[in-house]
Amino acid sequence: MNSPSTARDLLSEQRMIQMEGVHKWYGAFHVLKNINLTVQKSERIVICGPSGSGKSTAIRCINRLEEYQRGRIVVDGKELSNDVKLIEQIRRDVGMVFQHFNLFPHLTVLENCVLAPIWVRKMPRQQAEEFAMQYLERVKIPEQARKYPGQLSGGQQQRVAIARSLCMNPKIMLFDEPTSALDPEMIKEVLDTMVTLAEDGMTMICVTHEMGFAKTVAHRVIFMDGGEIIEQNSPDEFFTNPQSERTRLFLSQILHH
Amino acid sequence: MAESRLPHPDLPPPANTMGLLAWMRRNLFSSPLNIALTGLAAYLLWISVPPLLNWTLFNATWSGDTREACQGASGACWVFIRVHFEQFLYGFYPEAQRWRVNTAVLLLILGVAPLFMRTIPNPVKVKLGSSLLVVYPLIAFALLKGGLFGLSNVETSRWGGLLLTLVIAGVGMAAALPLGVLLALGRRSKMPAIQTLCVTFIEFWRGVPLITVLFMSSVMLPLFLPEGMNFDKLLRALIGVTLFQAAYMAEVVRGGLQAIPKGQLEAAAALGLGYWKTMALIVLPQALKLVIPGIVNTFIALFKDTSLVLIIGLFDLMNMVHNATTNPDWLGFSTEGYVFAAAVYWLFCFSMSRYSQNLEKRLHTGHKR
Repeated sequence: MNSPSTARDLLSEQRMIQMEGVHKWYGAFHVLKNINLTVQKSERIVICGPSGSGKSTAIRCINRLEEYQRGRIVVDGKELSNDVKLIEQIRRDVGMVFQHFNLFPHLTVLENCVLAPIWVRKMPRQQAEEFAMQYLERVKIPEQARKYPGQLSGGQQQRVAIARSLCMNPKIMLFDEPTSALDPEMIKEVLDTMVTLAEDGMTMICVTHEMGFAKTVAHRVIFMDGGEIIEQNSPDEFFTNPQSERTRLFLSQILHH
Repeated sequence: MAESRLPHPDLPPPANTMGLLAWMRRNLFSSPLNIALTGLAAYLLWISVPPLLNWTLFNATWSGDTREACQGASGACWVFIRVHFEQFLYGFYPEAQRWRVNTAVLLLILGVAPLFMRTIPNPVKVKLGSSLLVVYPLIAFALLKGGLFGLSNVETSRWGGLLLTLVIAGVGMAAALPLGVLLALGRRSKMPAIQTLCVTFIEFWRGVPLITVLFMSSVMLPLFLPEGMNFDKLLRALIGVTLFQAAYMAEVVRGGLQAIPKGQLEAAAALGLGYWKTMALIVLPQALKLVIPGIVNTFIALFKDTSLVLIIGLFDLMNMVHNATTNPDWLGFSTEGYVFAAAVYWLFCFSMSRYSQNLEKRLHTGHKR
């Protein structure tokens, strides 16, 4: 992709994420090749692509779960560096939802939600719990607050994971294949939760294969293959008039399986 | 129109799968081999249990104060234990000062009891437990050693019996677990200096027998210390036992750390938790729970290993019993003595084992992660 245009530079205070020429290697394996991506405030991006295309790795660079060897990433005006304190500060404002939920199994749902607000944001326990209950209501499972994650279904666990991230009051939410480990019946409840979140104006980057979600929610769809961004476009254009042959092939495969 | 369909009702299980008879058929008489084994086991119990009961209970002598009381009895002479009982408990601790030992034990029970009550919330328990860990050893030491507040000084060389066994085991457990956790974390650290240090420490202590450690602490160490500087023999044994067990503990804990999926660390990191908070709040609670059997295994081994201090001349329970059997007035009762010592060790170790099983059950929050 081209470097950001000057028109966008004027909006720089609205710019939440900026990735410039990011390269990453696992040993000798070049996983990310020259990733350039700018995400505005309240923008919703869906990243898709075949497995191994580097899409998860790309979003995991944004909160520094993965290191990268070249290029720069600026999140909410702060450039990522090796400074541990800075990274922790950025992570407070960037929520992440994982494919396998990664809830803390030794803590109840409510404890999962209040842990970070109490220990990272230094919020008083009572306030954190009230806050958490609001978010659990928003993901429609307040009645499960005292249960342990192991007692919930996959869809419920993923909604708890979303609530847990929201409790930190993040400015950006990253979703790493949030529905890939779920039974078909449970995918909808998680997608619905994400749609409500989108309607509230959350800045979102979502790696997913749910093309229906991409069509209705995304402002922009990005297609990655072989560690590169092959194409980015509005959902309408992307699905009806893909620019590259590779995108066309991918779409034909996932839409007619 | 859809046909209305009644759900299949729940039926009782077939008659011959429930109850005592069914249990016996399934577990004792399920095959010719099992029938033979059941018979053999019954026969072994038949020939071994009655004589054992006769010796320990029915033909044993319970009352009296001298060995003459046991003359002619074919069973055990428990009079031997009764006469030496206080010695077994307190060693050579001065008789007039033994209330201090009792007070220390009572304080410990009072302090620890709330930790075992389910009605008390966990955060309170953590605070109580950690302050107890710091404060109690000081109080107990002041009480037992004396020399302060008008308490007369009792040299540690006079501490003995079960008291000494519990002091060594208690200090060993309380110090080896935290130290072991730190060593385990250090061994998995990304910082090469810390990692090398921890690996070297662990491999050194695991490579040496405890007896050697104790000998070194009592015989070799004074040679390296400057003239006139001499620190307490018990303290040296305590340090030796603690460092030795901490190395084992570290490897047990490391096993638990390795079982925690990477996703847990990633989720904690994504929420902005730093290293120590991630370890303390997310990783260790899960890892330690997983290795409760291993931790208790190490504790039990430690408890029994305390008897090795007899080789450096400390009179723990084992050595006190051994000492009593060589008392010229009471020769010939070593069986009773060692059976008694075994029973005491067994009681403590079995309690630990049962408690750990109970703990595992209680901490089980269900199912997969």
